[in-house]
Amino acid sequence: MSILELRDVSKRYGGVAALDGLDLQICDGEIRGIIGPNGAGKTTLFNVVTGTQRPTSGEILYNGENIAGLHPSSLARKGLVRSFQRPAVFGSFTVLENLEIAEYVRYGETPLEGIFGLGKSKELRSEKRALEILDFMDLTPFKDEAAANLAHGHQKSVGIAAALAVQPKVLMMDEPVAGMNPTETRHTTEIIRRVRDELGITVLLVEHDMRTVMKLCDNITVLNFGQKLAEGLPKEIRENNEVIEAYLGVEDDVA
Amino acid sequence: MQKLNKNFLAIGAGFVFLVMAVLPWIINDEYMLELVIIFLINVLMATSYRLVTTTGDWSFCHMILVGSGAYATGLISKELGISVWLSIPLAAGVAALVGRAFIYPLLRTVGFGFFIASFAVGEFVRLVWIKFQIPFGGTRGMIGIEPPVLGNIIFYFATPYYLMTLVLVAVSLIAMYRLEKSPIGNVWKSVYEDPELAESVGIDVAKARTQAFTIGSFFAGLAGALLAHRNGSIDPSVFDINAMVLLVIWVVVGGSHTIWGPILGVIAMTLIAEFSRPLLEWRPLIYGSILIITLLFMPDGLEGLIERVSRLFARGKQQVTPKES
Repeated sequence: MSILELRDVSKRYGGVAALDGLDLQICDGEIRGIIGPNGAGKTTLFNVVTGTQRPTSGEILYNGENIAGLHPSSLARKGLVRSFQRPAVFGSFTVLENLEIAEYVRYGETPLEGIFGLGKSKELRSEKRALEILDFMDLTPFKDEAAANLAHGHQKSVGIAAALAVQPKVLMMDEPVAGMNPTETRHTTEIIRRVRDELGITVLLVEHDMRTVMKLCDNITVLNFGQKLAEGLPKEIRENNEVIEAYLGVEDDVA
Repeated sequence: MQKLNKNFLAIGAGFVFLVMAVLPWIINDEYMLELVIIFLINVLMATSYRLVTTTGDWSFCHMILVGSGAYATGLISKELGISVWLSIPLAAGVAALVGRAFIYPLLRTVGFGFFIASFAVGEFVRLVWIKFQIPFGGTRGMIGIEPPVLGNIIFYFATPYYLMTLVLVAVSLIAMYRLEKSPIGNVWKSVYEDPELAESVGIDVAKARTQAFTIGSFFAGLAGALLAHRNGSIDPSVFDINAMVLLVIWVVVGGSHTIWGPILGVIAMTLIAEFSRPLLEWRPLIYGSILIITLLFMPDGLEGLIERVSRLFARGKQQVTPKES
């Protein structure tokens, strides 16, 4: 069953169509990669699904509900959570606080409850789950450190950990291994696989690093000029002539 | 360690409050007490302004919200004849409503745009006060705003008014402090640090900004109401751009990372204002230089300076702490 479905989604900027009537189905529990040459519409697709941009037309169904145009925060509370390409953390918070902020939101206190200390979040807030996520991400040694002081790679891990703390059903990742060295890439790839296998979270990722995509994803969708060029298993995509042409260009001297 | 700090803070604050509570009998000087009343009201203005800035929204209309509270309590107590004891909290509520109305269009702007746009909406309200003789009294404003009376205690005198102001300001400061330490305070801070990331973990950024602005407006209105009943008269020039610039100077000089920053700022600038009395016509120059020097040499304000100095003293201890691996 598909957990996320795009029906005839378009996004136009004036006369230019960044997405042109795109149909896409993401199945529950899969790791789906979105690839394509520069300007293919990957980022627009990502922004439209995460609520950063509103599609010009079309429907985005999440568990059967149309979510097109909702704010990122309400999508996050529904379980559609994104991570960032940049190392995005709340720098002055400790690593643990970076995760806990998601819990505060869930129990939504009113200002008066805050003043009189009557909020439920204090009692309900289980440090335990945040600690479990930190353990899962191998971040336990850093839990009390200010996030701003961490290395680039660790900050990206904190970003993923914070996204997991929101308790996502679908995790959307914007170039998770961008700017990483081979060791970090391997580690992150491993983590993404465990996110799916052990936590049962559907993963949708936009990525440039072809080797990672081929190794990690169950299915791959190739975009070109805002349309779906191909879709299938990594093996099929690798051997697809249209995809190779889109990436390398067609030779002119056919005659 | 953290708990010890907290207790220390509570004891320290309690001690300061007690000293201030018996201050009228220590200094026994009406003029000085008058100054301290204004100082306390200024503290409330500065701290409520900083509360708004915790989400990253540096507004330039906070004095207008102070003014809204002042005009509201004047109108409610004078024109409607409602007891001052009721009109002061009502005025704070009116200011909160005005703030709520302001923030609605302002949510579309951030950073410098917010600063300018807030000035525009604020100036609109101030021009309304100037243009409409009825009920605001035009340029001359309102006079004869009566101080409260309780039994046979008349709050026209400095001592009772001082004590009332002290209690209200202390309660407001505690409320703002607790709010900032509560989860909501953390949510506001996260919006300041990275709004995009905050949205992605489920924080409604627009709601958080609205909350902070409205609550800051409430306390601004309270400060305005206290000011109106102390001075007995108000006019639009009290809440003009000069007053707003002074408010910004307080918060910049003091620092805006914690609630103590603006308090330090008001203390410093009050002292400077008192000692620069003979140089009255030079004051704008002095204030301007202080602002620039602060921005250049202590961007975190006095509070940052104190922190740096205390860290210098604590450095020896730090090295002994073993690092967790």
